[in-house]
Amino acid sequence: MSKPVVATGHFTGCFGCHMSILDIDERILDLVELVEFNKSPINDIKHFTKPVDIGIIEGGISNDENAEILMEFRKHCKILVAIGACALTGGVPSMRNLVPLKECLEEAYLNGPTVKSENTGIIPNDPDIPVLLDKVYPCHEVVKIDYFLPGCPPSADTIWNALVALLKGEPLNLDYELIKYD
Amino acid sequence: MTHHYREQIKNIANKYGNDRGYLMNIAQDIVKEFGYISDEMVAHVAEILNIPMVQVRDMVSFYSFLPRKPLGKNVIRLSNAVIERMKGADEVGKAFEKELGISFGETTKDNLFTLLHTACIGLSDQAPGALINNVPLTNLKPADVPQIIRDIKAGKNVSDLPQARVLLNLKKEGEVICAPLESGQAIRNALNMKPEEVIAEINKSRLRGRGGAGFPTAMKWDFCRKQKSPIRYLICNADEGEPGTFKDRVILTEYPDLVFEGMTIAGYAIGAKEGIMYLRGEYAYLLDNLEKVLAKRRHLGLLGENICGREGFSFDIRIQLGAGAYVCGEESALIESAEGKRGAPRDRPPFPVQKGYKNEPTSVNNVETLCCAARILEKGGEWFAKIGTKDSTGTKMLSVSGDCEHPGVYEVEYGITIENLLELVGAKDTQAVQVGGASGKCVAPKDFGRRISFEDLPTGGSIMIFGKNRDLLECMHQFIEFFIEESCGWCVPCRAGTTLLEKKFRQILDGKGTVQSLAELRRIAQTVKAMSRCGLGQTSANPVLTTIYDFADLYAERIKEEDGKLLTFDLQKAMKVGIEASGRTMEGVK
Repeated sequence: MSKPVVATGHFTGCFGCHMSILDIDERILDLVELVEFNKSPINDIKHFTKPVDIGIIEGGISNDENAEILMEFRKHCKILVAIGACALTGGVPSMRNLVPLKECLEEAYLNGPTVKSENTGIIPNDPDIPVLLDKVYPCHEVVKIDYFLPGCPPSADTIWNALVALLKGEPLNLDYELIKYD
Repeated sequence: MTHHYREQIKNIANKYGNDRGYLMNIAQDIVKEFGYISDEMVAHVAEILNIPMVQVRDMVSFYSFLPRKPLGKNVIRLSNAVIERMKGADEVGKAFEKELGISFGETTKDNLFTLLHTACIGLSDQAPGALINNVPLTNLKPADVPQIIRDIKAGKNVSDLPQARVLLNLKKEGEVICAPLESGQAIRNALNMKPEEVIAEINKSRLRGRGGAGFPTAMKWDFCRKQKSPIRYLICNADEGEPGTFKDRVILTEYPDLVFEGMTIAGYAIGAKEGIMYLRGEYAYLLDNLEKVLAKRRHLGLLGENICGREGFSFDIRIQLGAGAYVCGEESALIESAEGKRGAPRDRPPFPVQKGYKNEPTSVNNVETLCCAARILEKGGEWFAKIGTKDSTGTKMLSVSGDCEHPGVYEVEYGITIENLLELVGAKDTQAVQVGGASGKCVAPKDFGRRISFEDLPTGGSIMIFGKNRDLLECMHQFIEFFIEESCGWCVPCRAGTTLLEKKFRQILDGKGTVQSLAELRRIAQTVKAMSRCGLGQTSANPVLTTIYDFADLYAERIKEEDGKLLTFDLQKAMKVGIEASGRTMEGVK
């Protein structure tokens, strides 16, 4: 029987959740035995090459590229799991939601105290740069998300237990310590 | 300026004995005098009554008929309740906006007119209706609007306008409410019995409360009577605010004596000396006549000291005018309001029969219940118990509106099927019947054999009929909007839940809902129903909960296959600002 396929993705965040995935330490050897990795920053596969059983995503959606890749994930993954504060709520990057985007950009590139001199700055407009969205969206406002793992980041044990439970089709019982964040 | 206010406010407060319990009346008089009640006036009132300013502001800010900013000389309140909108209230609203050159919520530059929306004003049988300076106008048409405005500008009295005509619309008279009564007859019969015997007679009739909940009246009076307290109160709930209800309008216009007779009997039975009729602010135009009837009854010795010559039995009635808050129809909120506070429901227990008005035992009864009580004392409990069904004795006044040939008030025997009722009122091609108002149940044709009764379909009297061509779910959406507006804001499930419900419902109506959204809608609705503090919140999800199964097709046809992509997320729209700010064009973006 072929191994279940897993993909991971990263949007607007700090990559801390992927660090936490790697933090499963030597269990990563088990993981490689258990599953086959498709698109992921870990193996640097850039595009989906086949249907995926479980997609794990971190980060919020702040630009068009994020949104499109997230939709790709939804299209290819049977189960999509959002992990970490940014994916679940927008997290730290979403603090910009308090200020209208136009004002944010003007402060950063035109009027801010660190802009060298007046009337010389421009708001970056290279066609290769992703377009910022009006605000940072949590993933579940863009596509349907099947499971959520909160935390900043969720600990390696949380992620490991969740993944194993999903792969085995068993109910997930997380210890209180693993989901308590205060 | 300040001085000028001060003197007048002082006089007003003085008129009410500087009693904090009359705070609402004081505020209402101030609004009558100045057109509004400013923060400055609030401060004066607080100082004069020697209470904290927040108490006054707390009360004033609650009621929609107590404006805190100056309004125009003429205030137009157009009802935008569901039936009103079905009958063209939106078009009338546009005509007003066009004629006055302002939008709803605004005042004309010359300060002559303010245009506002209001909830159901008890005129759904002659919709669309509006209150202009508290005078009701009915059957409005967009074409009437220019002349109305011209007439008012020319100084004509609103009550002289041709549209200022409330039709009685009593379409079917029954034997309990709509029958002649010799004033005082029922009271005299009651006085020939002991109070306990009066309650026993009511018990024999198996009379249940007509507000909708159907609590046995005799039991309520008995509880109240048995409380150890020298002072007890009787309150008549005439705050019919449930959208689509207007039977009390008819009763109070046509049979006020019967109501007051019932109140007096109730006062005798429970041992109260004081009765309060809490009349909804929208019915202020009925006030003059009601006061006249009260004066006449005092003159006849049917109210006041030693009623009907009975030594030691005194009872009198005052009318407390509400100020436009739906939740005040809930008895504990009504009591708070009658005490001059904001109309927030109380925690129960203690129930009003234990600690009600001014913390004394209080029986709160519906207008119609008290009418029934009077008739029972006239004709006997056994006579009454023979009418209707086993668990629902007597008749029910139904306010019928919507898609039918003869909207109006019908006094029918309990147990009538929806089918028979529809035939009676001339309704054809009916898609659904809303029984019991916004908080009631939306009944599908498969259930038209069900009966109006406490054991099957209970109702306070509101029957709204939706024809085949109506967008039923849009009507349900308007009900939810109504609850958002009327939520008192005390508890989170109701304050936040109703808004979440509206958003999710709107999403589905707009064709942006998924199968998942439907599940979420159901979950929110159940939470709001289960967790809210009072009846308002507990029933506010009914427009969803009573349609989501019986009208599943209407939901299903708006649900799109989504492939996991949420239709509420609009990428193009989300990118618009970013593209514009950087001077790029959509074309350059993939």
